[in-house]
Amino acid sequence: MKKPSFSTVMLWIGLLFLYVPMLILVIYSFNASKLVTVWGGWSFKWYGELLQNKQILGSVWTSLVIAFYSATMSVVLGTMAAFVMTRFRHSWSKMTLSNMITAPLVMPEVITGLSLLLLFVHMADFIGWPMERGMTTVWIAHSTFCAAYVAVVVSSRLREMDRSVEEAAMDLGATPLQSFFLITIPVIAPSLIAGWLLAFSLSLDDLVIASFTSGPGSTTLPMVVFSSVRLGVSPEINALATLIILAVSLVAFIAWYLARRSDRKQKATIEG
Amino acid sequence: MKKLTWKKPNGRILTIGVPYLWLLLFFALPFLIVLKISLSNMAIAIPPYESLVSYVDEMLQISLNLGNYLLLLDDSLYVAAYINSLKIAFFSTLGCLLLGYPMAYAMARSSGRAQTILLLLIMLPSWTSFLIRVYAWMGLISDTGLINNFLLWLGVIDSPLRIMNTDIAVYIGIIYAYLPFMVLPLYANLVKLDNSLLEAAADLGSRSLHTFWTVTLPLSKGGIIAGSMLVFIPAVGEFVIPELLGGPNSLMIGKILWQEFFNNRDWPVAAALAIVMLALLIIPISLFHRYQSRSMEAES
Repeated sequence: MKKPSFSTVMLWIGLLFLYVPMLILVIYSFNASKLVTVWGGWSFKWYGELLQNKQILGSVWTSLVIAFYSATMSVVLGTMAAFVMTRFRHSWSKMTLSNMITAPLVMPEVITGLSLLLLFVHMADFIGWPMERGMTTVWIAHSTFCAAYVAVVVSSRLREMDRSVEEAAMDLGATPLQSFFLITIPVIAPSLIAGWLLAFSLSLDDLVIASFTSGPGSTTLPMVVFSSVRLGVSPEINALATLIILAVSLVAFIAWYLARRSDRKQKATIEG
Repeated sequence: MKKLTWKKPNGRILTIGVPYLWLLLFFALPFLIVLKISLSNMAIAIPPYESLVSYVDEMLQISLNLGNYLLLLDDSLYVAAYINSLKIAFFSTLGCLLLGYPMAYAMARSSGRAQTILLLLIMLPSWTSFLIRVYAWMGLISDTGLINNFLLWLGVIDSPLRIMNTDIAVYIGIIYAYLPFMVLPLYANLVKLDNSLLEAAADLGSRSLHTFWTVTLPLSKGGIIAGSMLVFIPAVGEFVIPELLGGPNSLMIGKILWQEFFNNRDWPVAAALAIVMLALLIIPISLFHRYQSRSMEAES
């Protein structure tokens, strides 16, 4: 057998480093013992207790609703921006738009959160809205930062897409709007779904921005988890964490699969 | 190639106008407001700051207060927090690069099917809950955690190692949480590397390590910059990791900002902290943007 190269060894070390802590967390969520570091046999009891916890269940619903609307809005914004970035001629407004849309990718979350909160406070002062921060303000904040990710996913798809089909449609008399909805959207649909799922999981996961922009009635799941985790490790949170890892991985996997299948399909049509 | 021309200007304006207005209102404008608040006085009121503009004796007065910035310079706590944040972010980025580069290199060199699986394995953690992944380390590295229990059981150590609540824990947390963001752009860069260049170097008698230093590494500069910025910039402002894994003494600016805002309710100082952080990060951020627009142009 060939001696594995240095980089292959590092790849395996890196993967173990990424996965072992999560694996241990999942195993310990089935620990019967109340003491989190002592193994007391297998048990589902913490999952049962979790289902009794009204605060957590309520926040799960809040988070899902916010994530649904944020993902939808960010796909609309991100797709429009991606279209401008890939199809419009170079101009000053195109450049500022593409800079603004991708800026949240590398902005520390505390800055984004603080700045949006101060905006909402000012808006309440000047136009009387929003009087109270809540799900709507979190939705606005999440839509803005998730749109950055959607724009990246969709624009890379738009760049790969064969433009001659769009041009043919317009040569045959379709309006740009018709060609967009009848040609472009169906072709890039898988990347739109992938973008939506990515935005959904990002919104579901966000703690910092939600903490700044939410109000009394809109505590999201990460906020509940965080306030409990701050006090230390608990078996109930281990169970919740396992469910979250499972759910998010599943959503992410579907997103990845869709994006990959669409790539393959396109390659197959080009080659065949 | 024919440029797409739009017959109806309305659709065009709408397509660019909607995201433009949204971002102007919810992204650009907020920064101006942060700047404004950072120049105002704190007040015991709701909201807890004084207005910059006031009418005194029927005269419009604008009072700019640089006191918040002077306070940041004056108090060694803030200065230390900035320096410590930059230091921790820098060494975590270095750690991610040293671990991530060989990983990305091995991925780019593996067979097609293995590549897709490895790519998914790297991406999956970055999409999984950030908070949960940081939390996973709490049970591992605490004084009574699994690592300490294991080492005590082996007899390697007599008393538990203090990792939790130290800067080391923060380093582990940041490297762990941000590793995928380093590997992905590096991989995207290395996989595009033209193998014929490496073969040419080998044909001309270059040894593999020498080829790496003189051909591979310089060609992957773009990926190194992108990955490093994706780790460094958020790490400077990181809040969750120092809060959960670091001790009360691990000063990081994101944590201080959070405390000023939520605990002390000193909004003007929090705003000033954010502005200074942004000023420190402006060079890395523009570096990232320059790289990104260049790679986008290369693609199209």
